[in-house]
Amino acid sequence: MPGGFLIPYLIMLIVEGMPLLFLELAVGQHMRQGSIGAWKTISPYLSGVGVASVVVSFFLSMYYNVINAWAFWYLFHSFQNPLPWAACPLNSNHTAYIEECEKASSTQYFWYRKTLNISPSIEENGSIQWEQAVCLILAWLTVYLCILRGTESTGKVVYLTASLPYLVLLIYLIKALTLHGAVNGLVYMFTPKLEQLANPKAWINAATQIFFSLGLGFGSLIAFASYNEPNNNCERHAIIVSLINSTTSVFASIVTFSIYGFKATFNYENCLNKVILLLTNAFDLEEGFLTADNLNHMKEQLMANYPNEYVKLLPQIKNCSLEAELDTAVQGTGLAFIVYSEAIKNMEVSQLYSVLYFFMLLMLGIGSMLGNTAAILTPLTDSKFLSTHLPKEVISGIVCFINCIVGLTFTMKAGNYWFDIFNDYAATLSLLLIVLVETIAVCYVYGLRRFEKDLHLMIGHKPSWYWKIMWAFASPLLIISLFIFYITDYILTGTLQYQAWDATQGQLVTKDYPSYALAVIGLLVASSIMCIPLAALAIFIKRRLKREHRSIIA
Amino acid sequence: MQGFLLLAFSLVTTAHAEFCRPDAQNAFKVRLSLKTALGDNAYAWDASEEYLFKAMVAFAMRRYSSQKTTQISNVLLCNVTDRVSFWFVVTDSSKNATTVPRGEVEAAIRMTRNRINNAFLLNDRTMQFLKISSTLSPPTEPSVPIWLVVFGVVFCLIVAGIIFLIVSGIQQRKKNNKEPAETENLEEKCEATVTIENGMPCDMLNLKTGQINGGYAADDERFTPL
Repeated sequence: MPGGFLIPYLIMLIVEGMPLLFLELAVGQHMRQGSIGAWKTISPYLSGVGVASVVVSFFLSMYYNVINAWAFWYLFHSFQNPLPWAACPLNSNHTAYIEECEKASSTQYFWYRKTLNISPSIEENGSIQWEQAVCLILAWLTVYLCILRGTESTGKVVYLTASLPYLVLLIYLIKALTLHGAVNGLVYMFTPKLEQLANPKAWINAATQIFFSLGLGFGSLIAFASYNEPNNNCERHAIIVSLINSTTSVFASIVTFSIYGFKATFNYENCLNKVILLLTNAFDLEEGFLTADNLNHMKEQLMANYPNEYVKLLPQIKNCSLEAELDTAVQGTGLAFIVYSEAIKNMEVSQLYSVLYFFMLLMLGIGSMLGNTAAILTPLTDSKFLSTHLPKEVISGIVCFINCIVGLTFTMKAGNYWFDIFNDYAATLSLLLIVLVETIAVCYVYGLRRFEKDLHLMIGHKPSWYWKIMWAFASPLLIISLFIFYITDYILTGTLQYQAWDATQGQLVTKDYPSYALAVIGLLVASSIMCIPLAALAIFIKRRLKREHRSIIA
Repeated sequence: MQGFLLLAFSLVTTAHAEFCRPDAQNAFKVRLSLKTALGDNAYAWDASEEYLFKAMVAFAMRRYSSQKTTQISNVLLCNVTDRVSFWFVVTDSSKNATTVPRGEVEAAIRMTRNRINNAFLLNDRTMQFLKISSTLSPPTEPSVPIWLVVFGVVFCLIVAGIIFLIVSGIQQRKKNNKEPAETENLEEKCEATVTIENGMPCDMLNLKTGQINGGYAADDERFTPL
């Protein structure tokens, strides 16, 4: 998130996050069923919305647990001194470091080679990496342990998974603020850049971020709310939850940006030192002659005095810039692992901070997984067919087992490319559409007046005009504009591309997706979106047939 | 006499210049980073240090089998810069006017690199012999990968937890099934008086969602058709 994200983030929270959160909680609490049953109750033609939510949650749980597997992997490797990503390993005859590691950095090498063992492109599948596979199995066993007994036990686990990260964040906050160069990161975060505010992409990123962090559209909110008391004050809860969520996000961002500032400053100073060393060696200058302050001036002097040699050196002299270091994309799961492990390896007592950080990541990831699996399991256990034949332990076990087997594809050599496909496409468009249909369904199909009366029954007072305007006009309009933007963006950029790791160069290169990958992407998006019209069609046909059947009898 | 000495001196100097110059055959460049290594304790690089360097190289050549008679005067230094960097070459003590081949010098230095470094309080990075690769120390690797140990511990804990929960769940269910059976056996004359509400036994009521009363219209027709 580039600097100045706070303004779009807060605005999106108030306009989009809180109203939609309130809506979903109220729906779940009133209908007292998981997502499928709840939408069926609102209108039988809309049962597809619930199914679409479950499908999206299913896709999400398939790939999300791989992140927990990686967190486990890094956590287990944090118990070594020195940390395995701190230095490059040597090549076979011990004369130099491994070439791939030299060209990239040791943290990138550890991520791409030691953790993922990634192949050069998505076409080359490779074999399953057993280390990642066992970490994935462990992650699924952990999730199974937490959901085994159903929501009652999940609720207790969530106390732990929700509170521990705060403790770790606090420790990190204290540490991060004392790091050299942390201030650079904080300044970068809080300076609003007016050009960025004008760019719609910033607003869209903020909106998507709110969507995902609050968990709108997955069905997990409806599932959890269905376990509430009927007279629970969900309005107050919605406001409190979204405020806590955003405060936590800001808090986490402060920690994150302090650490990024530290890492950027460290890399910047390293870069400067490398340039200084290069020039000192090339021109045999006295040590200490070139410093960070006089570097630019001296570079011009050297260029004037020794033009030939200087020109030869030019390709190796990098332009070091603190801004460029801070701007390096801070998104994506892989980058989170690389950037943080790089920052941690430069701290003292790095093992402790590493263990704390990856443990916190694990807690957050498991917490998200619990929400996802609850979204899948609640409709399944609600259905009478399954719950009479199988006990809930077995249902949870089967769901975990299927997800684990599918998830093993992400542990293959090309697995990370497939992971990126799922990460980018499985949830984004479908969620937008689902939430849009939800809002329109509640406001116009179910009826805003009827919904108001239900809320009056539940919480004791009618919702204020603010909520009504947000539900009826602001949120749907916003989501439609987001949708339009995504589609126009896709049409403008043409074919979809991905970043592949090139081991010979030690950096990422852009490649086009092959046709079968594009087919999978299309399938992912379509399979969840199509549920809505297909279910409506199915119900329509069923009713038609019943009416004809009845008219024939009568 | 003086003329002869002058001639000999000039000959030696030219020979010196001929053998030892940048990029000469069999010559190596050495680069020292004294301030980086020693900070405030850095010593100045002067003629005495150069003498020590020549002595160390001569020592290295003597250690290496074929050049056992190398003298300090056989090691030639030139082009000392402020950096501190210089070039050196080793002349053959047995044959006149030739330099020791590159490979032998390199092997000799590699063998005694540690001693040379220590004599100057430097290490492989701060005392660089360009084009002589140094043997890097391999990182210490424990016999059993540590991560497997931690993994094993966590794995066993979680599996134990799962088994415990499943077994206690089964036991609880068995206890629940036994109790209604016992109450049935007590009431032989009357019908089994299991408290029933709306056609379902009370203890099987799922308190979460309530029960859909079958007495009302079926699901499909709960709402008037559109």
